Amino acid sequence: MTDQSAAPEHQVVRPPRSQWWDVWDQFKKHSGALFGMIVFVTILLGVFIGPWIYHADAQFVPTGRDFIALKDTRPIYNAIWDSGAKVNWAHPLGTDQLGRDTLARLMMGGQVSIAVGLAAMGLSLLLGTAIGVLAGYFKRLDGPLMRLTDLFLALPLLPLLLVAVLLFREPLAATFGPEGGVFVLIVTLVGITSWMQTARIVRGDVLALKEREFVLAARSIGTPNRRLVMRHILPNVLSPIMVSATLGIATAIITESALSFLGFGFPPDFPTWGRLLFDSVDRMVLYPERVIWPGLLISLTVLSVNYIGDGLRDALDPRIRGR
Amino acid sequence: MPDGAMQKPLVSVRGLKMHFPIYAGVLRRRVGEVKAVDGVSFDIREGETLGLVGESGCGKSTCGRAILRLYDLTEGSVKIDGTEIGQAGPETLRKMRPTMQMVFQDPQASLNPRMTLAAIIGEPLDEHTSLTRTEKRERVYELMDAVGLNRDFANRYPHEFSGGQRQRIGIARALALNPKFIVCDEPIAALDVSIQAQVVNLLEDLQDKLGLTYLFISHDLSMVRHIADRVAVMYLGKMVELAPRDGLYGEPRHPYTRALLSAVPEPDPRIEAEIKHIILKGDVPSPANPPKGCNFCTRCPEVMDICRRVDPEFREVAPGHYTACHLYPETSTKTAGQTAASEAAQSIQQGD
Repeated sequence: MTDQSAAPEHQVVRPPRSQWWDVWDQFKKHSGALFGMIVFVTILLGVFIGPWIYHADAQFVPTGRDFIALKDTRPIYNAIWDSGAKVNWAHPLGTDQLGRDTLARLMMGGQVSIAVGLAAMGLSLLLGTAIGVLAGYFKRLDGPLMRLTDLFLALPLLPLLLVAVLLFREPLAATFGPEGGVFVLIVTLVGITSWMQTARIVRGDVLALKEREFVLAARSIGTPNRRLVMRHILPNVLSPIMVSATLGIATAIITESALSFLGFGFPPDFPTWGRLLFDSVDRMVLYPERVIWPGLLISLTVLSVNYIGDGLRDALDPRIRGR
Repeated sequence: MPDGAMQKPLVSVRGLKMHFPIYAGVLRRRVGEVKAVDGVSFDIREGETLGLVGESGCGKSTCGRAILRLYDLTEGSVKIDGTEIGQAGPETLRKMRPTMQMVFQDPQASLNPRMTLAAIIGEPLDEHTSLTRTEKRERVYELMDAVGLNRDFANRYPHEFSGGQRQRIGIARALALNPKFIVCDEPIAALDVSIQAQVVNLLEDLQDKLGLTYLFISHDLSMVRHIADRVAVMYLGKMVELAPRDGLYGEPRHPYTRALLSAVPEPDPRIEAEIKHIILKGDVPSPANPPKGCNFCTRCPEVMDICRRVDPEFREVAPGHYTACHLYPETSTKTAGQTAASEAAQSIQQGD
């Protein structure tokens, strides 16, 4: 409520303002969300613009004498407390056991991990929302769709993923190239195996919403089902969708890591955050930085997306907005 | 207000039945049905207000919604402005929607909490007209003026308004497409008394200005007496009495109507102490299993043998005065039962 009382003498009638400005105003007020947004944008910029500034090949393995000289370099900051540390200004975050530059690998891995996370979340949200709305809104579809959801919930995920990867990796790789094929495969697999929670939550909300009088009012106006769903049902189930979306990104990144760890994800020399983590686990005590950096980035991404989702949810609810 | 007996009916409802199935058991088999509205027929003339009264759960609201085809009718015909919509398909219905609109009971629940006032009032315009953005905004402002809302409120959300204001928004939305017929489904039940008067007066003003026809559903008998030209009384899914306002309040025929009217409290305590209230015993039977014969026979103070066997016909007992009761077997002959009835009516009239 921006204006409490307009003076009646010079009443200024403002034209209807776009709702998105109100949303942005409220979003800015949510400090957590704003902070999350800054962190997320920083990570995005670092990961996608970074390689343009920091030229290093993430997959280059030095050979011969270079290999001995370059492998297992420590991060540059180690020199502060350990004067004998093997550091090199050319590799600010050090190198791995094969002499590949860690910073470059983090950037390249981030691109893949974030892309997988966002795409898989988008797919699972789309599926979950569509199935939830259909099941909740159309009584006839409720039974079949919810049994389908139960079926998917009952499937053991990891074995299923492994079988699917074995079956589909080759044909997809032929179409989209080795990395592209795996990307499509992983996004699809993670997407179609994680929509169930969203679908259930959305269905429950839609069931309650469609009995509300404003839906009846819209029907009495003659709004067809499609627009009724888009205009009245979906905006009101936005909160639970937003929550599962933010959690979904985390799940997707972690599932991708697990797959890569088991050797069923991207090729071994192709870095993703999950893969970097798992590659370094066995020498974690000697080289903690190799676990800390990817782990930190995964956590920061997930956390910042969570906060953004939180802020968005509040900003999109007119009852909370303006408080 | 003129009786308008000469005017043609705008809405005519014939044998309207609205049954909701009951599913039970492991196999979710259909075991019966709730007869929410069970064979109702009436006309509403152009420009008049028909009050529809009855106790909670008697099927008033279902009847109102069924007339607007918000439900799929079990049986019966509804003709609005010459078009039969009883079994009409979605396209015909959509074309008819601008003619018939509805004002809802709970103004909080009937407005989408995520839409601004301008969007809510503008929704019917989006659906049925192709106005430009500016034209639409003008029309929304016009409607807001018509129902007495400040134009500056256009960007606000429903939760920022009081109950009376929200009901005005609901009315503005119903008016957006220049309807002829509006079903007011207990529009004042959720409001406090001072606001009720405002909203009812607004409805009356709009009727005078725009020539609207109302079906005014309410359980508030005094408010119906104030606004309605004719009044219909429902009990357990059936219409028991339909009469011009003065006829119904002055000389109620059906025992249920009499009981209903005698339940209206009297502000003067001296008179109140003298009135003999007709107190009905027992509960309303379940609409899933209505009694054989007359629906009211389980609670009727003047129940006769025939009532338990034969369902009374809904017929005219005086000009324009219809009732469904065995106490009035023929239109003109005055039976012992009717004498008793008019005596009882007399005692209520003293209370008026």
